[in-house]
Amino acid sequence: MAEHPTHETAHAGAHASKGTYWLIALVLGILTLLEVAVFYVPLLHSVIVPILLVLSSAKFALVAMFFMHLKFDKPILTTLFAGGLVVATAIILSMMLLFGTIGPGAHM
Amino acid sequence: MSAHATAAHPPLYAGGLRSWLTTVDHKRIGVLYGVSALFYFVVGGVEALIIRLQLASPTADVVGADTFNQLFTMHGTTMVFLVLMPLSAALFNYMIPLMIGARDVAFPRLNAFSFWTFFFGSVLLNLSFFVGDPPDAGWFGYANLTSKQYNPGMGIDFWLLSVQIMGIASIASAVNFTVTILNMRAPGMSLMRVPLFVWMALVVQVLMLLAFPPITVAFIFLMFDRFFGTHFYIPSAGGTPILWQHLFWIFGHPEVYILILPSFGVVSEVLPTFARKPLFGAPFMIFSGILIGFLGFGVWSHHMFTTGLGAVADTAFSLATMLIAIPTGVKIFNWIATLWGGHIRFRTPLYFAVGMVGLFIIGGLSGIMHASPPVDIQQHDSYFVVAHLHYVFFGGTVFGLFAGIYYWWPKVTGRMIGEGLGKLHFWLMVVGMNLTFFPMHFLGLDGMPRRIYTYATDLGWERWNMIATVGAFLIAVSVLVFFVNAARSLASKTQAPADPWDAATLEWTVSSPPPEYNFAVVPTVNSARPFWLHKYGPTRDISTRTKAQGTPAQPDNPPTRIDLPSPSSWPILAALGLALLGGGALVGLWMVLFGAAVLVFCVYRWAFQPLERTGHPTFGPAPSGGSS
Amino acid sequence: MDAHATTFGVPSRKMAMWVFIASECMFFGSLIATYLSYEGKSLVGPTPREILNIPLTSVSTFVLLMSSLAMVLALEAVQTGNRRGARMWLGAVVVLGGLFLAGQVYEFREFYHEGLTLQQNLFGATFFVLTGFHGAHVTVGVIWMVTLLVMSLRGQLGPERSLDVEVAGLYWHFVDVVWIVIFTVVYLIQ
Repeated sequence: MAEHPTHETAHAGAHASKGTYWLIALVLGILTLLEVAVFYVPLLHSVIVPILLVLSSAKFALVAMFFMHLKFDKPILTTLFAGGLVVATAIILSMMLLFGTIGPGAHM
Repeated sequence: MSAHATAAHPPLYAGGLRSWLTTVDHKRIGVLYGVSALFYFVVGGVEALIIRLQLASPTADVVGADTFNQLFTMHGTTMVFLVLMPLSAALFNYMIPLMIGARDVAFPRLNAFSFWTFFFGSVLLNLSFFVGDPPDAGWFGYANLTSKQYNPGMGIDFWLLSVQIMGIASIASAVNFTVTILNMRAPGMSLMRVPLFVWMALVVQVLMLLAFPPITVAFIFLMFDRFFGTHFYIPSAGGTPILWQHLFWIFGHPEVYILILPSFGVVSEVLPTFARKPLFGAPFMIFSGILIGFLGFGVWSHHMFTTGLGAVADTAFSLATMLIAIPTGVKIFNWIATLWGGHIRFRTPLYFAVGMVGLFIIGGLSGIMHASPPVDIQQHDSYFVVAHLHYVFFGGTVFGLFAGIYYWWPKVTGRMIGEGLGKLHFWLMVVGMNLTFFPMHFLGLDGMPRRIYTYATDLGWERWNMIATVGAFLIAVSVLVFFVNAARSLASKTQAPADPWDAATLEWTVSSPPPEYNFAVVPTVNSARPFWLHKYGPTRDISTRTKAQGTPAQPDNPPTRIDLPSPSSWPILAALGLALLGGGALVGLWMVLFGAAVLVFCVYRWAFQPLERTGHPTFGPAPSGGSS
Repeated sequence: MDAHATTFGVPSRKMAMWVFIASECMFFGSLIATYLSYEGKSLVGPTPREILNIPLTSVSTFVLLMSSLAMVLALEAVQTGNRRGARMWLGAVVVLGGLFLAGQVYEFREFYHEGLTLQQNLFGATFFVLTGFHGAHVTVGVIWMVTLLVMSLRGQLGPERSLDVEVAGLYWHFVDVVWIVIFTVVYLIQ
């Protein structure tokens, strides 16, 4: 895969091949399996949150980059999406802090 | 071009009621927004006058406590959602495509849908007067004032459903204009050549996109609490009313910038035009606007210092709030620097723009005071806050928007508007505004709380309250002067020139009012001030040069065939379906389902209706081939 | 609408869908923020730990992920003028989306019988509203896909209309990534 499409090639239906799509779907399936597996392994319960966050972020990124073609499309679209995503994530984290779900006052 | 082609250019506003209901032309939709907003400006103003009459003297009995609550709720909701936002939308709609050299917005029918959805939502809100049960919980509707237990009537339902519907209109419009500004610019108009007004509009669209979903969610929770018996905001079941405050102000603070940035944009166009100088530090103005918008999402809890968020949260939100003073200060300094050394022409738009800068500074300074939690806790819920927000919204937004109205009036109407009455309007409004709102600082510091419908004689509040009421009526007189001026202008027969102010941006290159297709030839842009470049050549100080050429930049008639989007009934009908769906919640399930069916049907007809006029005469010389 | 006439060289409808998706991030973000802020604050049961059915939801998560695969393959088929492929994969999206919704209906019914209602506690309210609005988005997506399928069956979905499918696909994938987040945050991290 080219890292960044040039301006000339960016438009004309630039996206991955069918084989890549199947491969991505396979990886997504495996990641989901791993997530569920982590959930059922008692040994991992102390680190379950970071593991799950990493795994689901990976799934999120794969779908956005390949299925939604962000990797091959104009950067402006990634910018627009990232804008909403960053503000939304910041709001979620702030609310969790303010409500004591995470942070110093958690689990009271 | 042959003279024959000119005949194919119909007047912009020709056509009966039907043509207005089905129009998808951004200029006509802009007029619809403007007329609606000015109408509601009068409605909200009358509500304010009744409030001021009640408060003019102690223990007055003009209206009762319940009516008073309804009046301040409707006044706030009306001014925010039915006046300031649509008035900004009017200027956005009319001017953005013209200023970026486009023939229309990216999605003309979605634009019509946005207007009609807003319009039906506004009607639904005011229907509450006719069923005798207007909302009464304040424009911010703090939870448990809105709970079914304490507020069983229909007023809150009217309020939440109508604002919800208008929120959908705002999001649809924001999607449309974000794409329009990013993607429909004329060749050569790089982002740094985009006029400041359009830049501020872009920031506003992004704020609407990101700020309206949280309030939508807050309303969904309130709706579920009231209609389905959930406990989102009910402490007895573990919920908290503070959740509403968070979601509301995550929307509400960006909303403040949604209301003020359009005015910043107008002032940034008007000052350079009448100072005959380029805007001082335009890139800084752009980045300051972006920064204000971005920081606007990180300060919402400064509205909630009295809820006891804890020292860490208070400190963080306090610091973020103070940071906003920096980009705002940059803007004010740059406006002043734009005027500095300019060859100023004292016309009405300039009066309002300069008035905006001065009055906004007062509101901005009292805003910085509120950034400090101890000060804020002292002033919270007092008339000091009422003074602050009116200096921002009235001194800032209303003055800025009036600057825009006077500035673009000749472009929109094709008529000049009276300078004498315009300046009278300005002076009456400045005096009235300061008489009304400045004493509220004193009243607030003296302990007068907001939202009380009367007060005792021995508190010493009579004098300032009476002065505020006199000021409010002076504002009313000034608005009357504006309407007289407007009527005289519309009745006059003199055609306004295309470029009455000798301005720098593209909208002045076309006739007043513009032809339906805007630009006969889509311009190619080589400068942030393309029309000055065209008229004067590459010079920074236009006051020292004479005009290189006086010819308009646009030919009288289009050299090529132009396809325009055709009028459509489906946007207005879809909006009606949406309003029936929402308003139906007050009537019964059958109406909700009926509205949903209408909405779905219209959306399908809309989706499969071709956008462009086919088999319809287009402008310009008849094409040699068939129709497209 | 022509990509070549636009400033960024991106079709305006595609950009509009991304702008809308950015807005939707805030919609679901607010719902998720509320769910997490109220987590563990219910005064009575049932709690998530007692009631959430991980095996069932894992399967429906997998179903939704595979619908995204079908979606990109449908787009690929439309773009290359492969009408049979377009019908097959669009049909697959509809079936998989429908299966996901059926799973959700089953799940909601089960929960209801076990005593978790909208009114029972904060968990019920925040859970049903969050997952319910996601389900509503999937429903809109399924209706959209059925529309495209009918267009394809009528021969109206040639390569010249591939943008229609691409924009619908962006919506569909976004609904999928929202579920990726919900599955992790609501179901697996309890």
